Order: sequence, then C-alpha cells, then structure tokens
Amino acid sequence: MLAPLFSSKLLLVLFFGTLFGLILGVLPGLGPTTGGALILPFTMTLDPLSAIVLLTSIYCAGTYGGAITAVLINTPGTPAAAATCLDGYPLAQKGEAGRALGMATVSSTVGGIFSVVILVFFAPILAQLAYEFGQPEYFALAIFGLTMLASIGEGSPIKNLIAGAFGILISTVGKDFMTSIDRFTFGINELTEGIGFIPVVVGLFAMSEMLTQSTLINQIFNRIALKAIKLPSKDDYKKTWKTILRSSGIGSFIGVLPAEGGTVASLIGYSEAKRFSKNPEEFGKGSIEGIAGAEAANNAATGGAMVPTLALGIPGSATTAVILTGLIIHGVRPGPDLFREQPDFLYGIFGAMLIANILFFIFGFFGAKIFARITLVPNKILWPMIFAVSVCGTYSLNQSIIDVWIMLFFGVLGFFMRRYGFSVVPVIIGLILGELVEGTLRQSLVIFDGNWLMFFTRPIALTFFILSLIALAFPLIRSRKFKKNND
Amino acid sequence: MKNVQKQKRANKSLPFFVRDEFRVSLVIILISVGLLITTFTFDIVPPILNRGIQPATFPKALLVLIIVMTFLIYYLATKNPWKVEKKLPRSFFLTLSSFIIFVVVSKTLDFFLAISALSIFVSYCWGEKRLFYLLLVGIIFPIIVFIFFETILGLRFPPGIITNIYYS
Repeated sequence: MLAPLFSSKLLLVLFFGTLFGLILGVLPGLGPTTGGALILPFTMTLDPLSAIVLLTSIYCAGTYGGAITAVLINTPGTPAAAATCLDGYPLAQKGEAGRALGMATVSSTVGGIFSVVILVFFAPILAQLAYEFGQPEYFALAIFGLTMLASIGEGSPIKNLIAGAFGILISTVGKDFMTSIDRFTFGINELTEGIGFIPVVVGLFAMSEMLTQSTLINQIFNRIALKAIKLPSKDDYKKTWKTILRSSGIGSFIGVLPAEGGTVASLIGYSEAKRFSKNPEEFGKGSIEGIAGAEAANNAATGGAMVPTLALGIPGSATTAVILTGLIIHGVRPGPDLFREQPDFLYGIFGAMLIANILFFIFGFFGAKIFARITLVPNKILWPMIFAVSVCGTYSLNQSIIDVWIMLFFGVLGFFMRRYGFSVVPVIIGLILGELVEGTLRQSLVIFDGNWLMFFTRPIALTFFILSLIALAFPLIRSRKFKKNND
Repeated sequence: MKNVQKQKRANKSLPFFVRDEFRVSLVIILISVGLLITTFTFDIVPPILNRGIQPATFPKALLVLIIVMTFLIYYLATKNPWKVEKKLPRSFFLTLSSFIIFVVVSKTLDFFLAISALSIFVSYCWGEKRLFYLLLVGIIFPIIVFIFFETILGLRFPPGIITNIYYS
C-alpha cells in the first residue's frame, strides 16, 4: 500500500501537506476545506497523485489541528472540532491543557487510522457494486447524495436543499454539454465554458470567511498557556479506549454517508460517549471521555468520507468535495474504473492518509506549543495575505480576471448565505454533482424513451430513491424528537 | 436559549416587510423568477436532434423547485421566526467596498496595484496602524506571491501600469 509513496517528492509533499494542514486547522476560520480550496490552483504544477496526496494530508491534519484551538482558546479551528470545545476548554481551564491535547492527539490518530482501514476495505467493495450501475442508477445515487444535504449538520434542511439546488443551477451555466446551446451566459463569452469550481470554492469558503472575520475584528480570545502535551495516563486509556473505538466506528460510518462529514460525526460521537459513560455528569465540565469521543469521531470521518468520493464520485464531506474537484481538474474521474485502471494511484492515496495520521501525531505531540502560537497572528495581517493568495490562485487557473470577479461575487453571496443560515457546503456539492445529475437524467430518459416511471423498475435506483425519501424525512423526525425531549 | 427566544420575539414584533425571512425569501424568489424568465429565451432543439429533454427543462425544474422551497421556508418562518441578526459593523462595509475598489482598480489601472491597495486598505480598516506591517501585507507579501506565481506556475499577469514596468 505504501510502495507508491516511496519517492522523495511524494514524501516531501506529504510532510508539507501535513504541516500546512495543521497550521490551517489551528487558525479559526480557515481549516482544511478553505485551505484545500486555496491550495487547489497550486496543485496544477504537481502530478495528479502528488496533488491528491497534498490535499488528503491537509484534510487529515487540518481536521486534527482544529482541536488545538478548541482546547486552548475555546474556538474550534474547524467546525468538526466544535464538540471538542465542550470538554477540552474546561479541562484546560483546570490546568490540564496538556492532558486534554494529549487525549485529542491520540484519539484523533486512532480514529484516523481506523478510518483508513475502513477505506481500504470498503471503497473497493463499493466500487465493485458500482459496476452494476447504469445511468438511471447513477442518477438515483446522485439524488440520494443531494437529499443527504437535508440532514447536513449546519443550517435548516430546506435551506440546505435550496443551496444544493442553487449549486446544481450554477453547473448549468455555459454551453449545454449535449446540445451546445448557451444557458445563462447573458452574452458574456467567458461564461460559455461554464463557471469553474475554483472561483466558486475559493469565494464561498475563503472570501466569505474574510467578510465574516471583518465583523469579528474586536473579538478577544482568552488563550490558555500550554506547557507541554502529555500522553494520556493508563487510567485515561482505561476510561476511554471503548469510547475511542466506538467513536471511530461512528465517525467512519457517518463519513461514508454522502454529504455528511466530521462535524456531524463528532457531535454524534460526543453524545454517544456521554450516553455510554459511567460519569455522564462530568461531560461539559472537562471530561476526558468527551474529548476522546469527539476527536476520534471527527478524524474517523476523514477516511469514511473518502469512500464514496473515490468509489462513486459523490463527496462525503465539504473537504472531500474540494478533493473531488482536485481529482476532476487533474483529469481523474473517480468511480469503479479508477479502481481497475489505476490501483497504484488509489493505494498511494490510502498510504498517504495513513502516513498523514502518523505524521500529525508526531507534529502535534512535539509541536502543539508552536502551532498554538500561530493563533497569535492577527487577522488584520493574515486575511489580506489570504486575499492576495486567493486572487492570484483563482486567476492562475484560466488567466482570467472574470474568474477573480466571480470569486468575489461568491464571497459576498457566501457571506450572506451564512448570515441567514444557508450552509455553503451544499452549493459546492450541488455544483460538483450537477453535471452528473443532469447528464444521467437526460441519458436515462433517452434509454427509457421519455418514460419517467421506468426509473422505478430498476431495483438499485428504486432503493436509492427510497433512501432519498428517508434522508428527507430524517431531519423532520429528528427535530420532532428533539422538540419532544425539550418539552 | 432565552436570548434566542427574545430575539425571535423581537423579530415577530417587526412589520413583515422588514423581517429578514421576508427580505431573504423575496430576493431569492425575484432572482429565481428572473432566471426562470431567462430560460424561455434559450434556443429550442429541433425534435430530430433532441435527446431526452430540452436544454431549458432542467434549469426550469430547478428554479421552480427553489421557488417552492423558498415559499416553504417563508411559511415555516411565519410560525417560527428567524433570529434577528446583529447590525453589520462598519469594518464589514469597508471590506465589502474594498472588493468593489479592487474590481475597479484591477480593470482600469493594474492587477498588482489592486491587490496592494486592497491589502493595505483592509489591514488599516481592521486596525493595523504600524507602517511596517502595512507595507508587509500591501507590498512585500504581494510581490512574493507575484514572483512565486510567475516563476513556479509560469503565470502571466494582465497588463497594467505596474505590471508593465515589471515585465519590461
């Protein structure tokens, strides 16, 4: 599995990817998704494997990096680390920041490695199943992926679906791929090729975050000093090993579900840790089990989310949507053929994720104190620099100034979407799946001679449609249950 | 929790047309209707060349779906109002206006100058008054980024008053 990685160039990419991912994870507002989007244009100088290794190592390390800020300044570096704040910061306030970060590091590593094992076993099986898929099945699968947006952690289900539909709508801009008829081009030549992924991704993540940060410039963080990370004691291991394993399983499973990701995984991992704990009253006051539950789950979601991304081309999370974009712009089409034709490429990714998990353990353990200092870089210095990189990166892809303006437009749009409770993640997922949805729908209708009902005569497609209905109903059931519990 | 309930109550006491849920829904519906009308201007494929559905059908369906779902969120918001968002601070509007300045300067004068001007402007508006740091974000860092992109990615930046000097 590791053989394709034994080149000095790839190891160097992996090393820098992990380091960069940690830095991104530590900085609140950045994180692996925005960081991945920013680094995407630079990957054009790399070969496809190096590019994806870079993105996946950023993904793994960035997810863990969020825990450092969560524990020390009570602000999750990434949304997936939100649950870590609940117990990480209270424990740090008790003077046990080192112990809290030690547990976060160990559980993140175990969760991450566990999920890579799941990825290695399940991705090929899923890809094998995908051989049975024709156009109608892919259409039904893409619909299932989109309906899963309803239950994504952030925002209301209907708002997420609107955002997803908007993402698909963006994918229709430009020449229709079947008939070459212009759609939504408004006479602008640059739009005939469609709207690129990178301007949208960088705009929605990086630029909208810059605008968000502009509303928070007077925010002051209470930073807790870190002396050194401490490995968890025997007693801590005894208390938490079951939680770590359970959360690793939960995280991997949640990750596999299309469109879900680390944020949902960590919240479920945390609540399950509390449910099974012998001391649930300690949760929220500095429980070591709470940290283990949240961190193992969010890192386990990384490998899980790569399963549908690689096997089916359906992103498992926001960051895997960026990785999928990376695969597409490098001419790699995920799916069963990738497993048959380029096994070395895939094993390179699996191996890179495994090594990245080990590397961030080492970096985190010996360098957490230094990484914690990165949070001291003031936003008034950091964000103008990010702006310069974003603008040049977006421009570099097609050497088009229109792309830069599109990026700024989506930055403003993303800011207002987030302000009014619309998650930006569904837009990206919709944009990525848009062509698949429309293409498979139209080709299926050609096969079915325009008879829509034929979709329901295909067992796999029908199963995905039923799952889609369940995915749509799930948030309603969940909110009713939540209301009942609160009453 | 109490604060959120208070905010919701406060929102409910406002006239409907100034509530966020109304304004947001209205904007989405207006844009969607505008785009829906545009879809009727798309060329129609003759039946002999048409495969499956017309190119306008899919976007039309999406826009109708968006409009229906927007009505639904507005209906739900009448029962359960959105929380009132805080007023946006001055720094936000300054940052937003810097984007507009960037577009104007990059189009008329120079791409590098636009990045440089925006970086200094944003950094200053966000509270940075030290000259060295303003120069760092506004000049030194953009130069590093420019050289990096030019040498590593082989990128050629659009012509402008400063970029022309650099290339000559």
